[in-house]
Amino acid sequence: MIMKIKSTEIVDTFAEAFKMAGTRVIITAATKQWAMAAAQSMTGFATSVIGCKCEAGIERELTPEETPDMRPGVSVLLFAMNAESVGKRLVERIGQCVMTCPTTACYSGLTSDNNVVVGGQLRYFGDGYQIGKVLDNRRMWRIPVMDGEFLIDESFGVQDAVGGGNLLIIGKDQNATLRAATAATKVMRTVPGVILPFPDGVVRSGSKVGSKYKSLIASTNDAYCPTLRGAVKESMVPPTANCVLEIVIDGLDVDAVEESMRVGMQAIAKPGIKQITAGNYGGDLGQFHIHLHKLLNGNQSS
Amino acid sequence: MSLSLSLHTSPDVPVEAEVICPDKLVNINETDLSKLSIFHGNEKAMLGDFFKVQGQYNGELRVEGDLSKVKHLGSNMSNGRIIINGDVGAHLGAGMSGGEIIVEGNVADWLAPEMTGGRVIIKGNAGHMVGSAYRGETVGMLGGEIIIHGNVGNELGSAMRNGLVVVEGNSADFTGVNMNAGTIIVLGEMGPRSGAGMKRGTILSMHNADMLPTFSYASTYHPSYVRLYLLYIKKLGLSIDDAQLVGNYERWIGDAIELNRGEILMYAN
Repeated sequence: MIMKIKSTEIVDTFAEAFKMAGTRVIITAATKQWAMAAAQSMTGFATSVIGCKCEAGIERELTPEETPDMRPGVSVLLFAMNAESVGKRLVERIGQCVMTCPTTACYSGLTSDNNVVVGGQLRYFGDGYQIGKVLDNRRMWRIPVMDGEFLIDESFGVQDAVGGGNLLIIGKDQNATLRAATAATKVMRTVPGVILPFPDGVVRSGSKVGSKYKSLIASTNDAYCPTLRGAVKESMVPPTANCVLEIVIDGLDVDAVEESMRVGMQAIAKPGIKQITAGNYGGDLGQFHIHLHKLLNGNQSS
Repeated sequence: MSLSLSLHTSPDVPVEAEVICPDKLVNINETDLSKLSIFHGNEKAMLGDFFKVQGQYNGELRVEGDLSKVKHLGSNMSNGRIIINGDVGAHLGAGMSGGEIIVEGNVADWLAPEMTGGRVIIKGNAGHMVGSAYRGETVGMLGGEIIIHGNVGNELGSAMRNGLVVVEGNSADFTGVNMNAGTIIVLGEMGPRSGAGMKRGTILSMHNADMLPTFSYASTYHPSYVRLYLLYIKKLGLSIDDAQLVGNYERWIGDAIELNRGEILMYAN
């Protein structure tokens, strides 16, 4: 049965998503501009776990009333393949991108039984002048820096998460597809607990597993490259389409990823968009299969 | 029904009542509770000789009367809650590791010495040696919270190594003497010789204080962590204004005769 939203066909397929480990980092600063500067720096070069060791993005801005120290803040989500890797990435990225940013402080935004030590590692930057504080069972470190002190939680909570939720937008041309992608990412970001790790939420260089070159574990998703229609055995690009863009979604749980995909599909369906589909690997690799038709029918698919 | 103890006979000399502790009152009926041993001076007596016992302990204990001669109340408690309606004697909550004590009055000296956890809230004033080490010991309070809405005496937090002590009023001489670590917040004024002999730890005051010559001025800045502490104690009912929350603090470090790693922060503007 063909399913459509307006004139856009929803392909009867599923997105294959993976189990990851995720955390939430709360960055505060004297102004929201400085908090955002730190968050943007921390989430740079974090599009894909394949090449960047983690995937990270800005979840949303926080009002002073929402942050531990009642300063403007930003919530950042970071995902990696396991908790240990999350810890390593946090130490690297908070150490280089948040601690370095004027006026910031950094707090764990998740309560979990599984915690990774971050401030407890970064404290050594204090060269012996760092000061530990415990307030209401929360251990923090004050690290002296040139504008005063950098305050950071000893540990950050980590939980099971979902990475690799995705939507493929197949449009008649680049302009129409970009417009649809932009509209979709705008609403998809409003779902709590998700990030879209690629540039402004959109990726054009979708990949497949493997390559003709032995040293590469992933290569261009030739089946969805319009310029290769006729050159590849099984092109997935319909004859009337000339552009494909992908939106990748990582979330703290599968419900959040599914909700983001659901609202995303509604926003994508516009004139000029031929199909909405999703990437999978036949269902053997990922733990979560998010069926597009089930999502639109109101059924949780995983 | 929670357990209630009402003082019906004022003791002539101090009563040693460490038995008035939640840990020791579980599953005991009124009759047996009245027979629990206490010391009246150097004479053995029973709880019922001084207190009317009503109810059974269910996690909350209420004690009423002028208890200024009742010592060691809540000593070594690890859980539960004691609510005291009246003044209470020395060594309240000594060595406690958990639970909560609320006093709707004043307390004498040696409040919660060497406590390791839990919370004590005093609505009135407290005497000397709050959260301190006993004489001869090198480490005082190791954890937990002491919140005092009134004033306190000398040697507040002496040799404390962890935890939080907050005084809404004034503190007398030698606030934080020999501190090892931890945090003392005095919203009122501090007496002379604050921080004498401190190794590490924080003394935060909302007023200027005379600094010992072995303390040196470091800088005036806005410490982020102070916001967390002030917001926390504001939730506990203490008066913190927005200017204190966002303001700058003078940082003095000392005591140079020790490690020189302690700090006294004084609200600047």
